[in-house]
Amino acid sequence: MLIAQSEFVKSVDFAFFFIIAISVFFLVLITGLMIYFVFKYSRKKHPKAENIHGNVPLEILWTVIPTILVLFMFYFGWMGYKEMSKIPEDSMVVTVTAQMWKWSFKYENGRISDTLYVPVNRPVKVILNSLDVNHSFYIPAFRVKKDVIPGKQNTSWFKATEVGSYPIFCAEYCGLNHSYMYNEVVVMPENNFITWLTTDVGQVNNFTNQK
Amino acid sequence: MLKDTTIISTNGHTSFLDYQGKYKGIRSWIFSTDHKRIGILYLIALLSFFAVGVTFGFLIRLELFTQGKTIVDPQTYNAFFTLHGVIMIFLFVIPGLPAVFGNFFLPILIGAKDVAFPRINLLSWWLYIIGGVLVIVSILLPGGPADTGWTFYIPYSVRTSTNVIFTGLAAFILGFSSILTGINFVTTIHRLRAPGMDWFKMPLFSWALYATAWIQVLATPIIGITLLLIVVERVLGVGLFDPALGGDPILYQHLFWIYSHPAVYIMIVPAMGVVSEIIPVFARRTIFGYKFIAFSSIAIALLGSLVWAHHMFSAGMSSTAQFVFSLLTFLVAIPSAIKVFNWTATLYKGSIQLDPPMLYALAFIFLFSIGGLTGVVQGALSVDIHLTDTSFIVAHFHYVMFGGTGFGIFAALHYWLPKMFGRMYNLKTAKVGFWFLFVGFNTLYFPLFVMGWLGMPRRYYDYLPEYAIYHQISTVGSWILITGLIIIYYNLIKSLRSGEKITARNIWGGETLEWQIETPPTHENFHDIPKITHGPYEYKMNDELAEKEEVK
Repeated sequence: MLIAQSEFVKSVDFAFFFIIAISVFFLVLITGLMIYFVFKYSRKKHPKAENIHGNVPLEILWTVIPTILVLFMFYFGWMGYKEMSKIPEDSMVVTVTAQMWKWSFKYENGRISDTLYVPVNRPVKVILNSLDVNHSFYIPAFRVKKDVIPGKQNTSWFKATEVGSYPIFCAEYCGLNHSYMYNEVVVMPENNFITWLTTDVGQVNNFTNQK
Repeated sequence: MLKDTTIISTNGHTSFLDYQGKYKGIRSWIFSTDHKRIGILYLIALLSFFAVGVTFGFLIRLELFTQGKTIVDPQTYNAFFTLHGVIMIFLFVIPGLPAVFGNFFLPILIGAKDVAFPRINLLSWWLYIIGGVLVIVSILLPGGPADTGWTFYIPYSVRTSTNVIFTGLAAFILGFSSILTGINFVTTIHRLRAPGMDWFKMPLFSWALYATAWIQVLATPIIGITLLLIVVERVLGVGLFDPALGGDPILYQHLFWIYSHPAVYIMIVPAMGVVSEIIPVFARRTIFGYKFIAFSSIAIALLGSLVWAHHMFSAGMSSTAQFVFSLLTFLVAIPSAIKVFNWTATLYKGSIQLDPPMLYALAFIFLFSIGGLTGVVQGALSVDIHLTDTSFIVAHFHYVMFGGTGFGIFAALHYWLPKMFGRMYNLKTAKVGFWFLFVGFNTLYFPLFVMGWLGMPRRYYDYLPEYAIYHQISTVGSWILITGLIIIYYNLIKSLRSGEKITARNIWGGETLEWQIETPPTHENFHDIPKITHGPYEYKMNDELAEKEEVK
């Protein structure tokens, strides 16, 4: 499911695996040292402990190195976030309405759909409205998530780069059927999308069956 | 006050377990102002609530074992995870170490006869019990238990017809219990240290409790005020949080996390203190970097109060706010890292014995490191957008709260329980219990990381087929974990009833003050208040200890 691409998948995944790699390094280092010391200095082999009160250069070293590393992590996270928050001017606009427990997507020509159909390789801006409580618009495959809050219009965007259909979840707990507030985003070739957008509802079912 | 050591209690030689004061029987416990008895009252209540919380956790995992309905309907499931969260957080992890072991051992560790305000101490236990009872009442009353999650996010929490009011009131009362304990500890540490015990001769558990107490005093009132504002909104119809009245639900989230994020440090910092006590004792050497560990507790308390909005990166804040909160989140990782490095260095050239408390302490370092490092993963803004509100978060905070604080509490239990009751538990059974808990824990929570990265949202009753395998492994893990808990409970309770009686003062070879007084401690701890001349973990007698070991 996560192979599918959108515009900023790369930068999110890079930041993620960069931090994971550093984390695994430190985890293995700490755990390895711990296990090594436990065996090497076990009371049987090493009955007399040596008192070492500390070492200031070492303290400085293991304060400064992690600080530098986390600043890099911060930087990658921030750059990815900037990309996410800069919505391209030429985006297609879809107005999303969330309510307990369903999604509804309205297109600029007035077309309304329960499933989100979008053209491939074109930025899509979503304007998020809630009719009742907090929800969160989440497409894992595109690394897109934004809370949908009543009385506040949040926006987000994505550019799907591969044809296919991917889950849309509600990620903010919203009551009884929170886990069933599920639908799909269907990414289509531009031409098919335009046909869908301009056909009337009766023919849509027919169309989706063919996809 | 304390310099006046000529006043020796006439009951100075009676164990606190026998000294009843002016009441008899049960009343000698529930109206006792003795810090040790109050600590034990908390211990009993806490372990009971923990058992209830674990039961709800077990039921959550059981429901998620198969897709669709396994045992209950969605409404019941939603109540399960709400109760699990409320009970675990407000009734177990937050009071946790300070209320039980802080109460029992803080005065002893700093050479005092009791806390500064013993009656307020008893009051805070009573408030805690009233809060706990309210939570239980909210389950039983018509309307049904709250189904909002422990975060009570508005507007859902004002729409639901369940008993949110009772649960909110419980949180309000429990908050005061926490504040009173905090005030008590700050005052105790400032005023009641034994002569000669300057700040840098204090055991590190006291430092941790000191940092924690300040957070309790400064942060907890905010949740109280927030809950009061909700009452104002409901009763007077002033729009504060509810968009239907013109309020702002994001404001509620800010206020909630301004308390609840520092609360995370209320939960973890004391456990760090316990680990700092245990490692030098079982490595039989002085702690590495005492001052760095002590000050990192304070640094965590300060920085940890300024990162709350990282819970809300997907809610829509200004870019400036996102920038600052993400940066500070990364920085709060540094003092935790410093602690981990210093603990590891304390093992170097030690003389290490893997008794149960040490096993728990080392497991703490491992599990807390995973919890901390995955916290760093979520500090990165772009990554957090993907991971927030998924099971990755659930795994992360269980690694910190259970792998960290939970294991810290079990470490403390195995370390101090023999001292408290003068009874020894079975060491072998304790180790078996530990390994079940450790293996079960990782089997239960690690799959949640993978599944969260793959997009599985949290608080879901049902899931898509691609997540099924992770859910199933996780549920099997919960069974292993609970087996471990049953072994641990059985072993500890059995030790109190029929364990080997001990009177030796220093069973582990510790150098802090609790190991110099009787086992179990006498009514007012010390016959004469000790004069402190050196730090808590000097281990100057290592040559003798090594010789003794050879004679054995």
